[in-house]
Amino acid sequence: MVSGSAPPVRANIVLTVNGSLRRLTVDTRASLLDALRETLGLTGAKKGCDHGQCGACTVLLDGRRANACLALAVAQDGSDVVTVEGLADGERLSPVQEAFLAHDGYQCGYCTPGQLCSATGVLREAARGWPSAVTADVASEPPLDDAEIRERMSGNLCRCGAYQGIVAAVREAAR
Amino acid sequence: MRPFAYERAVSAEDALNRHTDDAQYLGGGTNLVDLMRLGVATPARLVDVARLPYDRIEHRADGGLVIGAAVRNSDLAADLGVRDDHPLLAQAVLAGASGQIRNQATVGGNLLQRTRCPYFQDVTKPCNKREPGTGCPAVHGDNENMAILDPSPHCVATHPSDMAVALTALDARVRVRHSGGEDVVPLARLYRSPGDDPSRDTTLRPGDLITAVEVPGRLDMPARYRKVRERASFAFALVSAAVALDVADGTVRDCRIALGGVAHRPWRAHRAEDALRGRPATEASYRAAAEAELAAAEPLSGNAYKVTLAVNVITAALAGLGEDA
Repeated sequence: MVSGSAPPVRANIVLTVNGSLRRLTVDTRASLLDALRETLGLTGAKKGCDHGQCGACTVLLDGRRANACLALAVAQDGSDVVTVEGLADGERLSPVQEAFLAHDGYQCGYCTPGQLCSATGVLREAARGWPSAVTADVASEPPLDDAEIRERMSGNLCRCGAYQGIVAAVREAAR
Repeated sequence: MRPFAYERAVSAEDALNRHTDDAQYLGGGTNLVDLMRLGVATPARLVDVARLPYDRIEHRADGGLVIGAAVRNSDLAADLGVRDDHPLLAQAVLAGASGQIRNQATVGGNLLQRTRCPYFQDVTKPCNKREPGTGCPAVHGDNENMAILDPSPHCVATHPSDMAVALTALDARVRVRHSGGEDVVPLARLYRSPGDDPSRDTTLRPGDLITAVEVPGRLDMPARYRKVRERASFAFALVSAAVALDVADGTVRDCRIALGGVAHRPWRAHRAEDALRGRPATEASYRAAAEAELAAAEPLSGNAYKVTLAVNVITAALAGLGEDA
């Protein structure tokens, strides 16, 4: 598609990224993913499909997992963003990161930052009692069994097929 | 992507004032941003309505709901009152998209998402919905997932929302703000058949803003959302059904049946409902009712399977409820 003759529109925004206040100027067309990777140099979140279908770009946006490729950076002005770079506490890995290590929840590693952020979000959602599409009674607060983990992690694809390890890791991190 | 101006509206009034002919409202962006990236949507201005104060769910004593248009899909499905009083709605929302997308997508945006027809999403192909008058390659092309009910020679696309199917079964209405005031529009009148103008998914006029969805009081009959897709999760429906069934003394007193994946709009199966009321609550009755609805089907070269599938999904979904009743 031809972009036409209209000049780019730029906007100043403020994000809290991994605990630090960041002021940046973005093209209104920039996704949050591009702003993180290209403007802030945080290349942990990956560009897989750029259509919200693979989950490699998953970050925690105002505490919830979200696809950074579908979020316009300009629309997140004032938001809090945590990327995979912000999951650990200094040198101490998060329980989800430790569990992925212990259970080989990856192979090539490309989808792993998104898997880690998504799994972190899944644990928070489960702790709040959220149901899923495989919850028999949506009024109940289901335990995070393997079927629940698989359904809740379905927005994160792994082309290496490390799913067995990923499910085991999320199961352990949920304990 | 075409450069665009971005403005964040602070009120519905402000949003209406900021909307221009070449503008679009932005909710969570999970569909619109993708369509802009694909070149399918080319707004010169985005008016962000995702942070308007329509992010609450109001509960009425009879179980009725007023769901703000900016409520996130995940918050709707997680709401305790919704899960208790309208499990059908929670099930349908949870059946759609992924956890990430449900966290981002708004209720208003879910209703107004565009079809996932591959021709609509590919700017190198003709498409009457995207570019009126260019034709519909799906009629004789890749049409396995296209409409079987109420199609038009100009467009055979399906509506993709799961939530809207449940809301259609629940007789929901939308509150629409416009320059002349506010209207309350039943979903049955919000969505339209493609006819000779498939570019319009809904009856909304440019600049109209959905601010809330109203759901009547609780159904008081068991209900269930059943979705069939090509993989177990994170895929659009081939066919889905939102069904409710009220059985007394072995007879169907009342029922609701709405279908997804079969038409340009969420499809309320009135013929099936009429055929089922007063009949014995048996699988044979459910199947006969489903067949009465699908008798009007006009399948294309590649999607006759959907007729059988729809009959089976309706039958199985009702039979599942009949056992509970």
